[in-house]
Amino acid sequence: MGRGRRVAGEEPIGYRHRTMDNAAIMSPPQTIFETQAGADRRERMRSAMDDLLTAGTMWRLSWTLALLDIKLRYRGSILGPFWLTLSSALTIGMMGVLYSYLFHMDVSHYFPFLALSIVLWNFMLQMVNDATACFISAEAMIRSVRLPMMLHPMRAVLRNLLILAHNAVVIIIVDLAMNAWPGWIGILAIPAFLLWLVVSLAMSLLLGALCARFRDIPPIVASLMQLAFFVSAIIWEPSQLGQHEWMLVFNPVFTLLEIIRAPLLGELPSLLVTFSALAYSAIIIFLASMLFVRVRGRIPFWV
Amino acid sequence: MTTDLLVQNVGLDFPLYHGSARSLKKTMVRNVTGRMASDEQNRVVVQALRDISFHLKPGDKLGLVGRNGAGKSTLLRALAGIYEPQRGRVRVQGSLNALLDPNLGMNPELTGRENIVLRGQYQRMDRAAIRRMEEDVSEFAELGDFMDLPVRIYSSGMVIRLGFALATAIRPQVLLMDEWFLAGDANFLEKARERLEDLVRGAEILVLSTHLSSVIEEWCSRVIWLDQGRIRADGPVSEVLAAYLAPA
Repeated sequence: MGRGRRVAGEEPIGYRHRTMDNAAIMSPPQTIFETQAGADRRERMRSAMDDLLTAGTMWRLSWTLALLDIKLRYRGSILGPFWLTLSSALTIGMMGVLYSYLFHMDVSHYFPFLALSIVLWNFMLQMVNDATACFISAEAMIRSVRLPMMLHPMRAVLRNLLILAHNAVVIIIVDLAMNAWPGWIGILAIPAFLLWLVVSLAMSLLLGALCARFRDIPPIVASLMQLAFFVSAIIWEPSQLGQHEWMLVFNPVFTLLEIIRAPLLGELPSLLVTFSALAYSAIIIFLASMLFVRVRGRIPFWV
Repeated sequence: MTTDLLVQNVGLDFPLYHGSARSLKKTMVRNVTGRMASDEQNRVVVQALRDISFHLKPGDKLGLVGRNGAGKSTLLRALAGIYEPQRGRVRVQGSLNALLDPNLGMNPELTGRENIVLRGQYQRMDRAAIRRMEEDVSEFAELGDFMDLPVRIYSSGMVIRLGFALATAIRPQVLLMDEWFLAGDANFLEKARERLEDLVRGAEILVLSTHLSSVIEEWCSRVIWLDQGRIRADGPVSEVLAAYLAPA
């Protein structure tokens, strides 16, 4: 397994004037790296850490890439990324009417619940699907220039954050219309959301690396996520399970969803749910770090 | 710190994993016969590089020769830090730019300007440097108003000019170049040639992979002949080229 180090040194060395026609020529910053085989665990951990830190200093690149991903998808369309908002609004509107009728529920109670659930679920779903492709789809980039591997998960997370920002408009409109503000308790959603971002990064690393190596995983993940949609209390409320509600804590998708959704609905998530969500997050983050330390240098051979 | 490029006992295997492995295997076997092997987990691997060592210091201009599949491009990627070797080590000190494939990172859906900004950010330049690069590239490539239109609609000449201007706008201390870059030499515009010569002369260390001996004679001071992933010969241009070109 290789060891990789890249140290950002001086700023660009400025620009020299060519003697011939005075055109400016840029010099990239100093690069120092060493890739070495036979490195022990500690060395591998250090290069993984280096990768992480370098990626952190290059956040602007991953932001540009994420922004361009969205721009490209909607370039030339009138509404642009607000098509996302519109399509979420349509889904939520239709489902809200249909299911409040099917489940005999009060519209003013069900709509805010559904809007939150669908928007948060769409983030999760898209995040997981993007995670499976985060390295594979960056193949050309990975093979043409040495960049920190962590950059690709960052790009996927930022892209989905941008999409979420567009969809969040629907939640706000529904809450306004139904007069359903969560109150101060809603602030608890902020730490929960920060946890989501970390878990999303870890998930992208984990699934991204696994899927680069084993190409059968993306379809498996896609069908699992389809299943998760039905069993994770997204269109139905947890309380509808009655005495079986406790079983939901075994579902990581549910607990992770609930720690954000509950506060935004003005409720406190139960301790058990909070604890399970933290435990699942810890497991995902642990597995992702272990895998990253092990296979970081192998990813260019896999994509 | 002085510019320096050190390669010690580098060995690199290519695992063949995916569905296309079999057909890929067949196509590769033609070029790399004798280099297919199985690793400890019984995976099929191609031994792309074996026991490569050399040390380059400022002023060294190295040419890599060898037939297709000899490991030239893989070695360039290992030098660029893209592939981490399974054996041995690679150490690079100094700013580095690798011109590996003509469309390196260029996205046809993006505008010329966006492509330039992205390239600058890949190289971790700051905003001011990127702005200077924008001016430099658009001036050289004569893009004018096309700067803010997608590259997809450019004429082929404009695409070539943009790709070339971008690649040559970044002036590193260690320059790695694949042969495509010099291949079209004959038809090159005078000012393009000037710019390229300037880039190559400006680099303290050059590693150039090609199978055109004319290119080697013009640019290099040392040649390594790669054969089936190993160094077959290493020395001054005239000696190694003579051996390489000699009828087998």
